[in-house]
Amino acid sequence: MQSKKKELNPILEVNNLFASIENLPILKGVTISVNPGEIHAIMGRNGCGKSTLSKIIAGHPSYKVTKGEIKFAGNDIQSLEPEERAQSGIFLGFQYPIEIPGVSNLEFLRVATNARRKFLNKEELDTFDFEDLVKEKLDLVKMDSAFLSRSINQGFSGGEKKRNEILQMALLEPRIAILDETDSGLDIDALRIVASGIKKISNEQTGIILITHYQRLLDEIQPDYVHVMSDGQIIKTGESDLALELEKHGYEWTDNFTKE
Amino acid sequence: MVSENLVKDVVSEPYKYGFVTDIETEKISKGLNEDTIRLISAKKEEPEYLLNFRLNAFRKWQKMNEPNWADLGYKKIDYQDIIYYSAPKQKEKISSLDEVDPKLLETFDKLGIPLTEQKKLTNVAVDAVFDSVSIATTFRKELAQHGVIFCSISEAVKDHSDLIEKYLGSVVPAYDNYFAALNSAVFSDGSFVYIPKGVKCPMDLSSYFRINSGDSGQFERTLIIAEESSSVSYLEGCTAPMFDTNTLHAAVVELIALDDASIKYSTVQNWYAGNEEGVGGIFNFVTKRGKCLGKRSKISWSQVETGSAITWKYPSCLLLGEESVGEFYSVALTNNLQQADTGTKMIHIGPKTKSTIVSKGISAGNSVNSYRGLVKMGSKASGSRNYSQCDSMLIGDQAAANTFPYIQSQQPNSEIEHEASTCRISEDQLFYLQSRGIEFEEAVSMMVSGFCRDVFNQLPMEFAAEADKLLALKLEGSVG
Repeated sequence: MQSKKKELNPILEVNNLFASIENLPILKGVTISVNPGEIHAIMGRNGCGKSTLSKIIAGHPSYKVTKGEIKFAGNDIQSLEPEERAQSGIFLGFQYPIEIPGVSNLEFLRVATNARRKFLNKEELDTFDFEDLVKEKLDLVKMDSAFLSRSINQGFSGGEKKRNEILQMALLEPRIAILDETDSGLDIDALRIVASGIKKISNEQTGIILITHYQRLLDEIQPDYVHVMSDGQIIKTGESDLALELEKHGYEWTDNFTKE
Repeated sequence: MVSENLVKDVVSEPYKYGFVTDIETEKISKGLNEDTIRLISAKKEEPEYLLNFRLNAFRKWQKMNEPNWADLGYKKIDYQDIIYYSAPKQKEKISSLDEVDPKLLETFDKLGIPLTEQKKLTNVAVDAVFDSVSIATTFRKELAQHGVIFCSISEAVKDHSDLIEKYLGSVVPAYDNYFAALNSAVFSDGSFVYIPKGVKCPMDLSSYFRINSGDSGQFERTLIIAEESSSVSYLEGCTAPMFDTNTLHAAVVELIALDDASIKYSTVQNWYAGNEEGVGGIFNFVTKRGKCLGKRSKISWSQVETGSAITWKYPSCLLLGEESVGEFYSVALTNNLQQADTGTKMIHIGPKTKSTIVSKGISAGNSVNSYRGLVKMGSKASGSRNYSQCDSMLIGDQAAANTFPYIQSQQPNSEIEHEASTCRISEDQLFYLQSRGIEFEEAVSMMVSGFCRDVFNQLPMEFAAEADKLLALKLEGSVG
């Protein structure tokens, strides 16, 4: 095992990715590379392809990749089912977490956690051990254990849904986490809770991509790189000060950029 | 927007109860006339009144027409091409289980219903019915100590004739409908339960119905009587071998609850459903009805219907007693080319009566699944209430779901509430679960179980787990 060297390799590499939905091209040559331990932010107008990129990495069946490659830990993942990607350590925090009536949140979290543990050759947790684990993680996002007995996201407020996403991230311990507008719809307190949860979970092994419109999340979590996306391409990449520039000038400022 | 990997063609799960027991049987010849009925009655050494009951029913039946109002399509049944009595050959008198043909015991063993003293289920008494006859009933002595009678209906005719004469046909009259009339004419066996006054039945009672021969119909009849302040929980399971012909099953179940008595009747119906092309399978035409005769009596039906090519079944409650309660909890799953038209009737006759209906229909493949229900408030049912909830779930884009609620009220001082919904397992829900590492099939099964939770919560515990597993099996391969 040459693990030391391997850790320096990108955990996620997207190369010149083109994708469409129902023959409508959305991504037009996206390239991004994330190393373990790095935090990247992707900003851009609504409809520029940010969410599409995140869904394609997670394996959403509605999108068709027409060109380019997505590598996770050095391997092309395009033939993998969404569940296989998740088990191997890809996590997507949904912009709009889905409600699933009748399915208990606790049961869902346990099945998901065990699917990941199985992949890692770790022992699967029974109900009791899992409850211990989940209670510990609940503190990270300041959630009450009453959430566990409710149906998945059903009747949750916007903030509760987002915290539930971060709870899932904490349990699944992904290698790459793409958080799609996790900050949208949150008040200042909820934003701090979510941000501090993300910070506590982040570590040397995990790459994080934050998709966001707002500087306020990036005030809480300092990104290593900021990418600006427009019309299906990343048109500019910089360090955290790029986000401040954007905040100052608005997206119009980026209209004259062309792909670097 | 349906993607390629979602909701496509249907692959049927192999039916694991589809084996045939090779056993010598005594069958009468095909066909139905008065002589057939006299023959069945004579074989069972029945008293005159019962033969007359049968003959009256038969004469009425001949003048009736097969109902065609249900949303079902099937080829015409040839009633002269059916064997109306088929029984495994056994010794004349069986005094203990040791004398039962080992092949029969083995059959029930394979079905997960061990009957012998050493292996029998410890918390439930079982009446095992094979084609036209009851093979064995467990725990009879123990139950007798509490005054509970649990035996085959043929034995009850002999040993408890007064009860049979009083109650048989009192809930479902012999001429009630086409299939009930047919059953009344030719019924062969079934279970009989009597719970005396004040007794809470110490264990669950259960009947297991097994159809073995391909050319015989099964016409069983069940009668349950709960005297004042008594209670019982009764479970019913059914399976049949895989034949490429259709077998007719026309049963009648009658329940009677007196003052403060309660009866809980749960069914898991898993008759052979036919293959993916719709060849073979059981035609299941069943009349189930309970009479809440006494004040504050309660009858609760719960059913999980997953089998049969055709299901025509409306377990109902006649709410006569003041403050009596009727309940109906149903999960009906259809796949491939199965058709189900099922629901309930809640007939409020007495004042302050209450009924609850929760129906969950799941249609996959090319199946058709209909809920049909009647809620009726009679002129004396003042202060009565009904709540109905009918939800349908569609899997794939070829399946159909219908809801036909009939509401009649002759009583202004009563309340009827009806809620209905139809949903489809959405791609987004599936993707959400998959994106957390949950396999596709498991994701579907989690969502289906979630959809059925309100009903599963009503089932006896072991039944609920069984039902959950059964649904998962039935749906295997139906999506994806």
